[in-house]
Order: sequence, then C-alpha cells, then structure tokens
Amino acid sequence: MMNLIVVLLMFVVIGAVIAIWTRDLLSAVIAMGVVGFARTVVFVLLRAPDVAITQVVVEVLLLIILIRSAVRREVHTVEGARSVPGAAMAAALVAVMLILGVIAIRELAPFGQPAMARVSDAPSRAYVDKGLAETGSANIVTAVLLDYRGYDTLGEATVLFTAVVGAVALLRRKSRKEPPATETAAEAGASAPENE
Amino acid sequence: MKHLATEEREGMSTIVGTVTHWVCGFIILYGAYIVLYGHLSPGGGFAGGVILACGFMLLMLAYGKRRLVAALPLSTASVLDCVGALGFWLLAVLGLLIGGGVFFKNFIPHGVRFRLCSAGIIPLANIAIAVKVCASLVLVLVALSVLRVKARGSDEDFVTDIDEV
Amino acid sequence: MVYLLCLVLFCVGMYGVLTQRNLIKIILSLAVAESAVNIFLVLVGYRARGVAPIESAAVPHGTFAAAAVDPLPQAMVLTAIVIGLGVLALSMVIAMRLYHRHGTYDITKINELRG
Repeated sequence: MMNLIVVLLMFVVIGAVIAIWTRDLLSAVIAMGVVGFARTVVFVLLRAPDVAITQVVVEVLLLIILIRSAVRREVHTVEGARSVPGAAMAAALVAVMLILGVIAIRELAPFGQPAMARVSDAPSRAYVDKGLAETGSANIVTAVLLDYRGYDTLGEATVLFTAVVGAVALLRRKSRKEPPATETAAEAGASAPENE
Repeated sequence: MKHLATEEREGMSTIVGTVTHWVCGFIILYGAYIVLYGHLSPGGGFAGGVILACGFMLLMLAYGKRRLVAALPLSTASVLDCVGALGFWLLAVLGLLIGGGVFFKNFIPHGVRFRLCSAGIIPLANIAIAVKVCASLVLVLVALSVLRVKARGSDEDFVTDIDEV
Repeated sequence: MVYLLCLVLFCVGMYGVLTQRNLIKIILSLAVAESAVNIFLVLVGYRARGVAPIESAAVPHGTFAAAAVDPLPQAMVLTAIVIGLGVLALSMVIAMRLYHRHGTYDITKINELRG
C-alpha cells in the first residue's frame, strides 16, 4: 500500500516536471491531466472517496478549460526561461525552502497516525464519535462540511461565486457608458477593456 | 494570423453526436444521484454539481453552443447561480431564526438513519450547492468558449458578446 | 517518505512560478503547487489500515470509530479543490485578456509594450 502511494506520487512529480518544462503547450496540458488522475488514485488509496470523486471530475473540467482557452494554432511553442540571475536566485530560494521543509517534516508524527489517534480531545475524534448521532448523516465528511463547518462552506460558495462573476465580467465587450459616435470601431473595442 | 473558428463548425461528428444523445441523460441522472445521496455515500453537493456541469458541457461540445443555450439559457443559468447561493444562505438564516439562535443550526428533525430523507438540512444544502456550482461552471465555460480572439490590428477585437447569447 | 515527495512537488511548482516565461506555464505551476498542498493535507489525516469515514449499518459504531481516517482534512481538501478550479478558470480568463491586448503570452514582452 505504501509502495503504491510512493510510486504514484513519483508519477505525479514526473508529470509535473514534464508539464512545466516542455515546450509544447498541448503536451503540458496532457501532463497536467496525468497529474490530476494520479492524484485521484492516491486519494482513493488514502481512503478518501469524496475527495477522489471531486478530484476526477474537477480534473476533467480543468482540462476542458485549459484546452479551450490556451491551446491555439499559432502559439504552440514556448520560449526558454527568464534571465539567468533570476533563475539562480529562484533556485537558491527553492533550495532553502526544501531544506527548511525537510527539517519541518522531522517534527511531524509518523505517517499513519492522525491527530485523533494521538490526542484525546482532537475535534476529529468528536466528529467521528458523535457525527451520526448528532447530525443524522452517515457520511461524516458531509456532516463536517455542512453541519459542523457550515460557515466555511458558505465562504467557499461565496468565493466560487465571486470568481465566476469576475470571469464573466472580464469577458464583456461593451462597457457600461456609451462611447462617443466619432470613435472608430477599433478604438471602441480597445477602450472597452480599460473601462472595466 | 488565423482565428479559432469554433463557432462556424457547430459541434462534432455524427458518432460523437449519437453517443452523446444516449449518454448525456445518464450523466445528468448520475450527477443528481451523487447530490441526493450525499449524506449516505461518498459525494455531496460539490462533486454532484461539477458532474452536472460536465453533462451540460458534453451537450455543448458535441452539438455546439446553440443546443446548450436551448437546453439551459444563460439568463436562467445566472438566475440559478444566485438562487443556489441565496438558498444556502437562507437555510443558515432559517437555522438562526427558527432553530434557536445559532447560525446554521440543523433545525429539521433528523428522521430515520440511513434513509434518503434524513439528516435535517443537509440534503437541502447539498441541492442548493449543486445548483450553484453547476450554474457557475456552465456560465464560465460558455463564456470561455464564445470568445474568439482575432489578431491585433483587425477592426473588430471581440467577435461575440456574451450579452447577446 | 511520502511527505518528502509532497514537498518536492511543491518546490517544483514554486520554481516554475518563479522562472517560467509563458503565462500559461505560470498558471500550470500554480496548479501543481496547489496539488501538492492538497495531497499533503490528506496524507496527514491517514490512519494506517483505516477505513473511509462513512458509516454503514453493517459495521458497529465502536469498530468504525476506532478505525476511521480523519474526516476533517478531507472536508477542507474538498473545498480547496473546487476553489482551485474557480481560481484557475479566472486566471485563464485574465490570461486570455492579456493575450488579446498584447498578442503574446510572454510576460517579459508584456512588461515592455504599453497598450
């Protein structure tokens, strides 16, 4: 089980490296698909079926969005990296983050012992013990999402609403106020994004 | 530079159209099942809402934008988006008013365990969230797909306007 | 160790955000970093030889409570995945508008051209 999770995570890392450093945009999007589906299998192996179902359908929708909006016939290939001093400094920063992260991982509990197994008054223990009795729902994750932590779900619905309203508002052509009749069509089209 | 001619070629080939004709109803039914049984088996409002949006997107990919707008007009999608969000908020406020002074209180009696009609406001909240997520994602995907970006220097910048759909 | 692989994935995403030139690649790197965080959260909540946190009528409550994995990180990750989708869709729309204004996805050139 552990070996399978490790192998899948290595697939995820390899897929992510390919997605970021390949020259062709379509290959990058397909590699992102590999990353997403490997994540789904990892979630199933980690006993999280809710998360796995959500991840696989979100991944499909994300692939559709990426292919529809980014991959065009004339912008297939990508230039190289940015300036060299910038790349060296970025590599140094990432190396520092890696070292600090390795030090932090040593402080974590061993893999396979969640907080509710070690600490007696962890909130998850209360959720699992009394979830069915207090909320009446057999799916404890749904009970946590909609009953114990319903306020977070309300915030999440608001964030999704705001993102979608922002995305649709950015794609309007006409601005709210009328352009003067003497402007050409090109100027009216070019000034509409500035009026947002 | 050429522009992306997605709208002149409405939909895809006959095989895709025929398969979609049979499968799309099942996808929407499956999405509704995941939403309604969210408190008994894995799933819930978010996953079910995204599956419903995928079902509608299949209509649009296989038959073109007009078929999707005939099935779910964009004004209806906007209204459903707001209705879903406000419905969820209304359930929380009803918990405040009726249930006993706590925001988001589960005020409907729990009923028999492991049955479809149980767990208080949780199935209703699942339905509200699913409606909201489905309508939002259909709006975003249609907006992304109707946009055609022409080359710079041509007279018209945006070819279609989402208000006209 | 699995935590180390998650950290490596996050660092790969961060390096991509810092050094890539194409706007779409920056957005993909952000998605990779977000994936790393989600996997890490679910990994923290795993119980060895555990069962999914869904009760059924067949299993008595005592054995279920002793063997269930942690449901709290799973709820947070479910929310985070859907929010990630919304944010990525918004970023793609912004990228499309930038392409429409400047004709390129290259961010070094977008700095130079003032429309």
